[in-house]
Amino acid sequence: MRRARARLALAAAALAAGVVLAQERAIPPGELKSGSVFLGSDLRALQNDDFANPGMLWVERGERLWSELAGKKTLACASCHKDTSMRGVAASYPKIDKASGKLVNLEDRINLCRTGRMDAEPLRYESEELLALTAYVARQSLGLPIATRIDGAARAHFEAGRAAYHLRRGQMNLSCAHCHDAQWGKRLLSETISQGHPNAYPAYRMEWQTIGSLQRRIRACLSGIRAEMLPYGSPEYLDLELYLAWRAQGLPIETPGVRR
Amino acid sequence: MTRKHAVAPAIAILLAYSQVWAQGESVRFEAVGDAIPRALTSEPGNAARGRSIVVNRDGGACTLCHAVPGEKNFGNIAPTLAGVGARLSPAQLRLRVADSTRVNPDTPMPAYYRTEGLNQVAAAFRGKPLLSAQQVEDVVAWLATLKEAQ
Repeated sequence: MRRARARLALAAAALAAGVVLAQERAIPPGELKSGSVFLGSDLRALQNDDFANPGMLWVERGERLWSELAGKKTLACASCHKDTSMRGVAASYPKIDKASGKLVNLEDRINLCRTGRMDAEPLRYESEELLALTAYVARQSLGLPIATRIDGAARAHFEAGRAAYHLRRGQMNLSCAHCHDAQWGKRLLSETISQGHPNAYPAYRMEWQTIGSLQRRIRACLSGIRAEMLPYGSPEYLDLELYLAWRAQGLPIETPGVRR
Repeated sequence: MTRKHAVAPAIAILLAYSQVWAQGESVRFEAVGDAIPRALTSEPGNAARGRSIVVNRDGGACTLCHAVPGEKNFGNIAPTLAGVGARLSPAQLRLRVADSTRVNPDTPMPAYYRTEGLNQVAAAFRGKPLLSAQQVEDVVAWLATLKEAQ
């Protein structure tokens, strides 16, 4: 009985915390729309066709790399992850790495395995190999809702990410929120502004004619507003990735997405 | 003359030049209420040039957000510019082009004539306003002609 009451109190507290968080959201969960909603029907069809989606080339390459031996210990990802599916893993990133206490994204996690367990060189951000492995792992969470945690050590990163999201920057003096919270669904010349969600990344962008990471996409926005770009893997980008994941919580993963 | 003495005049000349340069680049205006009554340049604004700045992607690129009379492609983020010359005086238009955040702190409209108080501006654009003083005057001159709300 006492235990049940304690559980009830815990549930009530969690609910209260959930309500507080829900109130902080500029876009309520019921109104969340993936970037694919704002595409033309042709690109949406391309994304949904596994045989035509160009991003699937990287997923297939990632699948091959998963079993490729590397590093001084001649191990492959598959050497350790034998019978375990990676389904659901991508949905929980970015997250705190228990060993280092640092916030890491999926790319970082893959590199931590390479340097820590395989004694292999880390893969460069935006390298074909890292994009392929990231896309392969993320693809296994297809359709699963983003479920990042922002409690504990992640909280400070979340707060920093929220501040970064709302910071006006660049010669155009715009924050992420100015477009993706306040103006989504409206037209910037002929392009409809999306809600700016991360659930399709790595994604194949027609503008790039290749697949790219979420950080590359963030940098494209920064370049558009004539703001400074930080190096790939910068703490500010990771914090921002966490905030983006939180505001997209519940949206299903679509990797590899196809985007304009 | 020792080396030390040769350096001093060189620094003085450099300093003088940098002051001139800084003056050329200085971006200033005096707002009164919700307007800038005084023109930013002695040369009056040229409405024809202003129109091309408004619709040009390399200029103000105003059509990204505003409907503009005579243009077929435009965004729908901001109000139409049709009739803006009847709704606002040239002095009011000048402040809204120069720094719209003075009128509405939350506006998504970039401040076209401002270099201070901006964060993380890319190196290539640092210290430079989006439009020159003359360009602001040209744009204001054309906007002031848009009297009819279509």
